Amino acid sequence: MRGPLSDRMGAALLMAPLLLFLILAYAWPFLGVVKWSFTLPTPGLGQYHALLTDDLVQSVFIRTLRIAAIVTVVSVTAAYAITVVWVRGSPAQRVLAEFCILVPFWISVLTRAFGWVALLSNRGLINTWLQSIGFISEPLTLVRNEFGVIVGMSHFLIPFAVFPLASAMRSLDERVLLAARGLGSSRMRTFWTVFVPMTRSGIIGSALITFVFSLGFFVTPAILGGGRSVMIAELIYLRIFQSPDWGLGAAISVVLVVFVGALMALLFRYVKPKQLV
Amino acid sequence: MPTYRPGPVSLLLAVLVALFLLMPLLAVIPVSLTPSRMLTMPTGELSLRHYRSLIEDPRWLDSILLSLRIGIVSSVLSTALALTFSLGVWMFQPRFTAALVGFVLLPMVVPPVVSAVTLYFLLTSVSGITSFFGYDTWLGVAMAHSVMTVPFATVLILVSLSQLDRRIDLAARGLGASVWERATRVIMPNIKFGIVTAALLSFVLSWEEIGVTLFITSVNAITLPRLMWMGLRDNIDPAIAALSVILIIITVLVLAVRSVVTRQRGAR
Repeated sequence: MRGPLSDRMGAALLMAPLLLFLILAYAWPFLGVVKWSFTLPTPGLGQYHALLTDDLVQSVFIRTLRIAAIVTVVSVTAAYAITVVWVRGSPAQRVLAEFCILVPFWISVLTRAFGWVALLSNRGLINTWLQSIGFISEPLTLVRNEFGVIVGMSHFLIPFAVFPLASAMRSLDERVLLAARGLGSSRMRTFWTVFVPMTRSGIIGSALITFVFSLGFFVTPAILGGGRSVMIAELIYLRIFQSPDWGLGAAISVVLVVFVGALMALLFRYVKPKQLV
Repeated sequence: MPTYRPGPVSLLLAVLVALFLLMPLLAVIPVSLTPSRMLTMPTGELSLRHYRSLIEDPRWLDSILLSLRIGIVSSVLSTALALTFSLGVWMFQPRFTAALVGFVLLPMVVPPVVSAVTLYFLLTSVSGITSFFGYDTWLGVAMAHSVMTVPFATVLILVSLSQLDRRIDLAARGLGASVWERATRVIMPNIKFGIVTAALLSFVLSWEEIGVTLFITSVNAITLPRLMWMGLRDNIDPAIAALSVILIIITVLVLAVRSVVTRQRGAR
């Protein structure tokens, strides 16, 4: 039903403020960033050529992909374990699981990264404790390296990985599981051959969300990596603020958006948006 | 009726994950009580000096007030924009709705660092024209935060509109209500909860925003997360631990109240 003229006017008036706001404050400046990538410092494709040839940029890209892949596997596995209890546990177990998922979810990324610094640094909780029981004499290097980055990022992303999994597990027909058990299948076998395959869409959604988030991660790697384990986002920051090279920073941003866009397109080809929430 | 419950192995794994999730939040408590000026575990005596420095050091107080101001302004702006947009979508169901909503959600799906570069470009360009609304100004930060939070507010309001019975709006329309009356007297009272949630979420997201803020501020607009960041990068200041403990306690309290409220709503 397409309404009369006044309806279309009403729709336009109501929707225009936000659309105009985002065109002026987001779409237009993004095109500006794209322009930077082609014009700074000199017009042309120089920055994109540098992206393909610069060893530093290459190694940061590879490190980012590697960390994102590890973090995705760790987060989805851990999220799966706690989501099973959140969705299928007894009422008391559900409340506890929900608490453990939602409290970190609502706490800022800075506080959480700082918590890991307090745990993992040379004079942090873990090293102090291990030294006091005489297990080690020199503190272990747990932070300012890739290990710290992976731990901190997984911690941040587990709650995000939980939601698609929970929605897949909720929509699963319990009677199928009971039937498998009733036919004599063990707990383990039921889990691996019935439960996991039936939550496949949740696993794919969860993995892609985690992976996409990890690619653009900035705060956690910058704090827990201590400048030694630089990922793409931090490289963009450094290019713009430290070695002012706006063109290269802009070019990396453009490549990152294109890459993430392609991944999202892939996501929606395999999973319907409704299955993600 | 039998139910399918997780077995002992599942429970054990879930407990391990739960510990992993809570560990860093608990770790900040002892650190916040250290008497030392550096980040260490307290050995022997405990001290509240880092809590006191949060009140006594004007830098912390200034940044808390600034973050509150930015949070409120950006939350009002993004909720108002999201509300009018969503009302337009729901009441008129115009063509290209899917594409328009997709466009509005972009700041939520684009990697935050790219949004940060984009907003940096915007605010440095604007800085040349006006001095109070550009790079490193509180109004600039509030506007940038609105860009980042408006997709979340829109999603929440659209979701609560989707649960609304269209017939009440049709009835109002049949009885001759104008668009304004339908929106303000029929639809909005029925999605109050969604609007308030959208405003709160926008505020919280702005209150803790750091990724974009780092790109668009330098020395004047030091929000609370920005100040924490500075304290984390150089010499780690245990006052951050004290602040973290307070923020964690507030979060836990708010979640507890919310869960009681939702339980009561469900019981009714």
